[in-house]
Amino acid sequence: MDLVDFARGPALKAAFIIFILGIVWRIVNVLLLRHKRILSEPRRSVPVALLAGLKGTGSRSWPHPEFIKRTVTGEALGYSYHIGLFIVILLFAPHIIFFGSFIGARWPALPNSVVTIFAVITITLFVAVLARRLGHPVLRHLSNFDDFFSWFVVALLLVTGLMATAHVGAPYHTILGLHILSFDLLLIWYPFGKLMHAFYIFPTRAVDGYVMTRKGAPS
Amino acid sequence: MNTSPVDFQANLAPEEAKLGESARVAGAMRGFAREIGALSALRLDACVHCGMCADACHFYIVTEDPQYTPVLKVEPFKQVFKREAGAFAPVFRWFGLKAKITGAELARWQHLLYDSCNLCGRCSLMCPMGIDIAELIEQARRGMFEAGLAPKELYEKAAHQRRTGQPEPSDEPYRDKLLAIGRRFNVEIPLDKPRAEVLLTVPRTDIEHYPAAVAALVRVMAHLKADCTFRSDGLVAENYGYYAGGRDWQREISRRLIDQAVACQAKVLIVPECGHAYSALRWEAAELMGKSLPFKVLHITEYLAEALEAGRLRLRTAQVGATAFHDPCQLVRKGGITAAPRQLLRAMGIEPRETVRHIGYNICCGGGGGVFDIERAATLRHRVVEEKFHEIDQTGAQTFLTTCSDCRRTFDDGKKRFNWELTPGSLLELVAEHLQGG
Ligand code: SF4
Ligand code: SF4
Repeated sequence: MDLVDFARGPALKAAFIIFILGIVWRIVNVLLLRHKRILSEPRRSVPVALLAGLKGTGSRSWPHPEFIKRTVTGEALGYSYHIGLFIVILLFAPHIIFFGSFIGARWPALPNSVVTIFAVITITLFVAVLARRLGHPVLRHLSNFDDFFSWFVVALLLVTGLMATAHVGAPYHTILGLHILSFDLLLIWYPFGKLMHAFYIFPTRAVDGYVMTRKGAPS
Repeated sequence: MNTSPVDFQANLAPEEAKLGESARVAGAMRGFAREIGALSALRLDACVHCGMCADACHFYIVTEDPQYTPVLKVEPFKQVFKREAGAFAPVFRWFGLKAKITGAELARWQHLLYDSCNLCGRCSLMCPMGIDIAELIEQARRGMFEAGLAPKELYEKAAHQRRTGQPEPSDEPYRDKLLAIGRRFNVEIPLDKPRAEVLLTVPRTDIEHYPAAVAALVRVMAHLKADCTFRSDGLVAENYGYYAGGRDWQREISRRLIDQAVACQAKVLIVPECGHAYSALRWEAAELMGKSLPFKVLHITEYLAEALEAGRLRLRTAQVGATAFHDPCQLVRKGGITAAPRQLLRAMGIEPRETVRHIGYNICCGGGGGVFDIERAATLRHRVVEEKFHEIDQTGAQTFLTTCSDCRRTFDDGKKRFNWELTPGSLLELVAEHLQGG
């Protein structure tokens, strides 16, 4: 068994199991905790509040005009690298074959050269994100191991992917093996750190929208 | 086990200072544990450390000091959650990834959780993840309280209010002061009626500093011919248990008012011009009591706006020039009262000049959440009120109103400090001065 076989065979299987079990456990752990009973008389009805919660899952994606002046850099960086990641992960032909084989589906790909350009841009944005985290007083103060390691895991995946497409650094097969291994690492790390936000973002927004609208307050 | 009292650089009441390290840590654990639930866990777990909440908090905006980043203020709560109740709590414990909280560490957070937070909810509006950070801060205060680390001023006022019904000793009981206000302003104070539709409460800030606002409340209610009463055994609207973070004390202080409302079979309990009193009674009392309240809780502006809509209240035009209105954070951001004060202003022919950041997004006076009472927080609070003054000055208003006596007091204090030109006024007083036929 060579590196690629190992990476996409047993290593991937183990990583995937950790990924699924970890995510399920993290969500179940939250759900198992005590649920607060809300007893104060609502100002808005339950359906209105529920609808607002649903709306909040989308409307929070764009900051209120009151705040945007102060947060525009963070927002712009955040949005751009997330879009870059989606393009590179989901619209690159080899990735479509790889992910498609699990779900038995295919979707159109972007030309490899275009995806490569996006990969370069995304890596550059990632460097900017790190520089900002290290340079911005608030972010520096807030940051912990999770912030840096999560950054590292995703950055490693991007860099090894780019090296594999550009055929640089080491024989293609070795780089491909490292690239898949870095994907395994991402799956393993996923439930333990902040990458979990992808699963939390909509429930927290929805809950906040519901709770605040129930009071008639802005959300 | 260390049980000796610890000399913290914290602002503690003598009773709190006596606590030993182990009692302090046990208290914190107990306090935080009571606050951990599905909702707080979701919120504590979801943060991505994007730092944007800092840009919403006026304490950060005016200082640019990263320690005032809202989500950082709940760090001890988060630490206890991760170590004790998080999904991977055993891993954090076995490998020592999250240290056990210590009293000294908690004490360092006193400044962040109390001196520099109004529990205003502006950060919660900003968070892209939808985390209600202000609620987490309120919960973290509860852990601090159990650890004997609530600021001296808040602890002592809460203790006094719990014991006596009023947050501090006074030369004469508030009941007598209330009657004296009635005599001074020539209004008849409805007091201790055995039955009444409406139970009135009063901010101690008004009793002590703004008696005209108390008279205005009485005058307006008399004008509406409301069947109402104050009750000697449940007068004070503020809840220092809420400020200090004492969950049980908050409940007991609320219970005093609830019992009076029940005793006189009130259908409505009116919270006068006090924002945090509204939060404590309107949105938290039922939860703390474990049952719904058998009456409505209304802020005075809501009550008057309803009367306006029903045609029971008619107001004359007020000649006050360009007017700006400050929305108290607890009424608007956390309470959902936006329209009522504006309806009242418009009924007096006033089109409020809105601040640049407005209706729910305005910054605070800086004194809410108990901050005004904390002596050592004064310098920081002044920086916030100065920023707020700039916000109001930009409207070009000649008259400035609000509907929370604590905001008003903070503004008055800031006015003295900065020689601000405007004089903060009470919306309720203006209404009382413009009653049609009154
Ligand atoms: S609740 Fe208000 S004062 Fe407290 S941290 Fe949030 S924005 Fe700042
Ligand atoms: S804005 Fe929300 S997600 Fe960002 S650091 Fe603050 S609490 Fe965390």
